[in-house]
Amino acid sequence: MSLVVYLITYLAIIVFISAIVKRIVHYLTNPLHVRWEIYPVAHEGKRASYGGGYLEEVDWWQKERKVSVIGELKVMIPEIFLLKAVWENNRSLWFLSYPFHLGLYLTVAFFVLLILGAIGQLSGSPVGSDIPLMNAVGVLTGLAGPLGFALTIIGAFGLIIKRCTDPGLRNYSTVSHFFNLILFLATMAIALIVWLSVDPTFSMARTFVVNLISFNPGPISSPMFLLQVLLMVLTIAYIPLTHMSHFFMKYFLYHDIRWGDEPNINTPKTDEKISVVLNYPVTWSAPHIAGHGKDTWAEVATFNPVANPESGKE
Amino acid sequence: MGENKPIKINDISKDTEKLTSVAIEDLMPIPGDFEEKRWDELPEDTKNNYVCILDDVCILPIPRPKTKEEEEELVNKFIDGVRKLFTKENNWTFLTMLETTMNHCAKCNTCSESCHLFEASGENEMYRPTYRTEVFRRIYRKYVKKEPLARWRGGDIDLNWRTVARLGELAYRCNICRRCAQTCPIGADNALVAREIRKIFSQEMGIATPELHEQGSMLQLEFGSSTKMNKLVVRDNIDFIDEDFSEETGYEFHTPWDVEGADILLIHNAGEILAWPENIAAFSIIFQAAGLSWTLSSDLAAYDSINYGVFYDDVQFARTALLHAQAAKKLGVKKIVLGECGHAHKALTVIADRVLPEPLKIPRESCFPLLRDIVMSGKIKFDPERNNFPVTLHDPCNVTRLMGIIKPQREIVNKLCPQFREMHPHGPYNYCCGGGSGYAIMSRNNIPEWRFKITGRKKFQQILDAFSDSRGPTIEKYLCAPCSNCKGQMRDLIERYDLLETEKIAYGGLVELIVNAMVDVKPGFIKWEEDY
Repeated sequence: MSLVVYLITYLAIIVFISAIVKRIVHYLTNPLHVRWEIYPVAHEGKRASYGGGYLEEVDWWQKERKVSVIGELKVMIPEIFLLKAVWENNRSLWFLSYPFHLGLYLTVAFFVLLILGAIGQLSGSPVGSDIPLMNAVGVLTGLAGPLGFALTIIGAFGLIIKRCTDPGLRNYSTVSHFFNLILFLATMAIALIVWLSVDPTFSMARTFVVNLISFNPGPISSPMFLLQVLLMVLTIAYIPLTHMSHFFMKYFLYHDIRWGDEPNINTPKTDEKISVVLNYPVTWSAPHIAGHGKDTWAEVATFNPVANPESGKE
Repeated sequence: MGENKPIKINDISKDTEKLTSVAIEDLMPIPGDFEEKRWDELPEDTKNNYVCILDDVCILPIPRPKTKEEEEELVNKFIDGVRKLFTKENNWTFLTMLETTMNHCAKCNTCSESCHLFEASGENEMYRPTYRTEVFRRIYRKYVKKEPLARWRGGDIDLNWRTVARLGELAYRCNICRRCAQTCPIGADNALVAREIRKIFSQEMGIATPELHEQGSMLQLEFGSSTKMNKLVVRDNIDFIDEDFSEETGYEFHTPWDVEGADILLIHNAGEILAWPENIAAFSIIFQAAGLSWTLSSDLAAYDSINYGVFYDDVQFARTALLHAQAAKKLGVKKIVLGECGHAHKALTVIADRVLPEPLKIPRESCFPLLRDIVMSGKIKFDPERNNFPVTLHDPCNVTRLMGIIKPQREIVNKLCPQFREMHPHGPYNYCCGGGSGYAIMSRNNIPEWRFKITGRKKFQQILDAFSDSRGPTIEKYLCAPCSNCKGQMRDLIERYDLLETEKIAYGGLVELIVNAMVDVKPGFIKWEEDY
C-alpha cells in the first residue's frame, strides 16, 4: 500500500506540473489578440497613481516608453498577498476568502519548508541538529503547517456557508464549487488531525518527503498519515485542472491583457504576427461577411460589401 | 418593493412571457423630485414581429420564429456561432480574453457592485455582470465543448430558442464600460462576453441593431458616414459652419480639406456636424489660432471617425479602421488626431493597433493632449473669467478607463474654469454616461426610457451631486462631456428631466469651453438656450 501512495504522489506531481504547463503553453500559443487594456495600468510609473498612461502625451510614439516593474510589484504584491481587489470591492467575502487564501499560502510555505528540511536531512544536517538555519526551518514548519491548515478550514467552511446563504452567490455556486471547498476542508482537517494526534513535529511528513526525493519508498505506518498524503496530493493535482488555475494564469490576465498596452511601434514581431492572423480563413456566415468570394481576414476586411461608386463623386 | 424577484440561471430558457421586469419602486433613488412613470408598452407590431421576451425593452430585433423549424434554426445557427467564436481563425481578435474569462472566473460576484445598471435597477439579477456570462458559459460547456458531466459540475442550462433569443437581447443590457472587469480580482471580463455574444448574432446570424448596422457601419461603408452625408454634402456643411461661426464669433476661420502633406489629419465624429456644429467650429478655431498644419479628408469614411464595429462586429470594425488609415496614408499626413469621440479614440488608437498591417501603420493620437499643449503653450490668449460658472467633467469610458487619458482634459479645465469640480468617482473609475456601446443613438420604442431609468441613472445622480452647491435655475452650469455618444446621452437626459429649465445645465464638449475663454473670440460662445 505504501508503494502505491508513493506512486500516486509522483503521479500527482506530474499531473500538477503538466496541467500548469499545458495551460500556459495553450495561452502562449494562442494567436495575437487585439489590445484590450484597462487603466490604471500599473507599469505606467507616476501616471499609474491617477490611472493615466503614455497616450496622455502628444506624439507619444516619439517618446521613450518606460515600463515600471516596481509599479507592477506595488500592485501585484498587495493583490496576491492581501487580495486587495476583494477587500475594496467585496468586503464581506474578503473576511472569508482571505483566511482561505492565506491558509493556502501558508500551506505552500509549509511544503517548501518540508522540502528544505528533507534536503537538510539528506545532506546530514537535519532539523533538530545544531545548525541554526535548520532549527529555524523546523520551527517555521511547525508554525506554517497548523496555521495554514486551520485558516484554510476556517475560510473553506465560511465560503461554503456564504455560498449556501448569500442569494447572490448561491445562484452561481455549482457542484464544482462545493466539491472544491469540501475537498480543501477535508484535506486540511485530516492534516490538522494528523498533526495533533500522529505527527506533531512533522517528522513523519519530512521523512516521507525525504523518501520521495530519494526515490526510496519507505513504509508508512500510520493509516491517518497515509490518508492525509493521499488527500493532499490529489488536491494538488486537481487544482490546476479547475478554475483555481487562476493562481498562475492571473499573471497573464494582468500582464498580457489588463496591462497589455505595448504599442505596435518598432515591433517587427507584432507586424509579423498581424500578417499571420490577417491570413486566417474567415467562415462567419452573415450576409455582410460571407458569400463574396473572400476567404481571409485580409480579403474580407478590405472588401466593401456596399461599395457605392457614386459616394466618391462630387 | 417591486418586482425584482430572484432569477435562476436556467430561468432564461423557460416558457414565460418575460424573464423579468424592473419595477419603478426598485429603481435606485436619485436626488430631487423627478417623477418616473411605468414602462411604456412595446408596440404590437414589434411584439408580433420580434422576440421581446426578456424584460420591458426590445433592443435587438430578433425575428420571431413562426415554426418549429425556425425555432430550431435559431438555436442551430447560434451554436454554430459559438463554435466559431472559440476558433482562432474566426476570433483571433478576442479568443484569448474570452477563453480566460470562461475558464477562470471564480463567480465571486465581486464585480456586481461596480455595475451601474445592476445598481440602478435595484440589483435586478439580470443585470448582474455574471448572469449573462454564466448562461453563456453553461451553454458553451454543455453543448459546444461537451464536457463530461457538464450539467452536474458547472450547473445546468436548457438550450432552446427562448434561451438564444433572451441571451441575444441580454447582450444589449450592458454598456460594455468594463467597470466590472476593472474590479475583477482575477482579470475576468464579463463585459467582453456581452460583446462576444453580439458578435455571434451579427457575424453568424446576421442579426444586429439597425442603428449600429444598417444605419451605422453599413452606411459608413456605402456613403462614408452613418449620417449618410457624402463628401459633397459634408464639405458643404463644414463650409456653412465656417461661415456661420466666423460671423458669430468674430473670428474668421477656414477648415482645410484634403491638404496633402499636412501634419495632422483630424477626424471628427460626423454626427457633430449635424448635431453640435459648434464643436466642429471650435476645433477649427483652436487649430487655426494655434497655427497647426492640419486637414480634414473627404475620402470614404475618413470624415467620420465612428467605428460602430467596436460595439458588435469585428469585421465591420476592421473594415472601417482600414479606411481611416488608408485616407491618412493617401494624404501623407504625419498623424491622425481623433476629435471628441470616445469609441473612435479607442477603436483607432488602441484596438486597431494590432489590426493595421505594416503598410497602413500611421501614428494615431487623442485630441486631448494636443489641446492641453495648445492651451498651455501661450499661443492663444484666454480669459478664464468667461468660464466663471460651475463646470463638471464627464469622463468618457473609452478615453479614460480604456486609454488612460485622464490629466490633459483636467489641466485644461483647471486652467480655464475657475469653478471646476469633479464628479465622484472619476477618471478611470468613472461611470458610463449610459449611452455607451451604441445606445446613445437608439431611440426606437422605449429604448430612450430605458436609457433614462437604467443606464443613465447613475450618471444623472453624479451630475446632480456635482452641482449640489449650485442647484436651481438661477445659476448657469456646464456639463463638459467630450465625446459625441456621451453628449447624445447627456442631451437626452437633460431634456427628459428638463434640466436646462429647472437647473440651467448646458452640456457640450471641451473645445467649446476653450473657445468660450478665448480673448480673440466674442464672449458667449456657450449658450444656455433651448436651441443650443
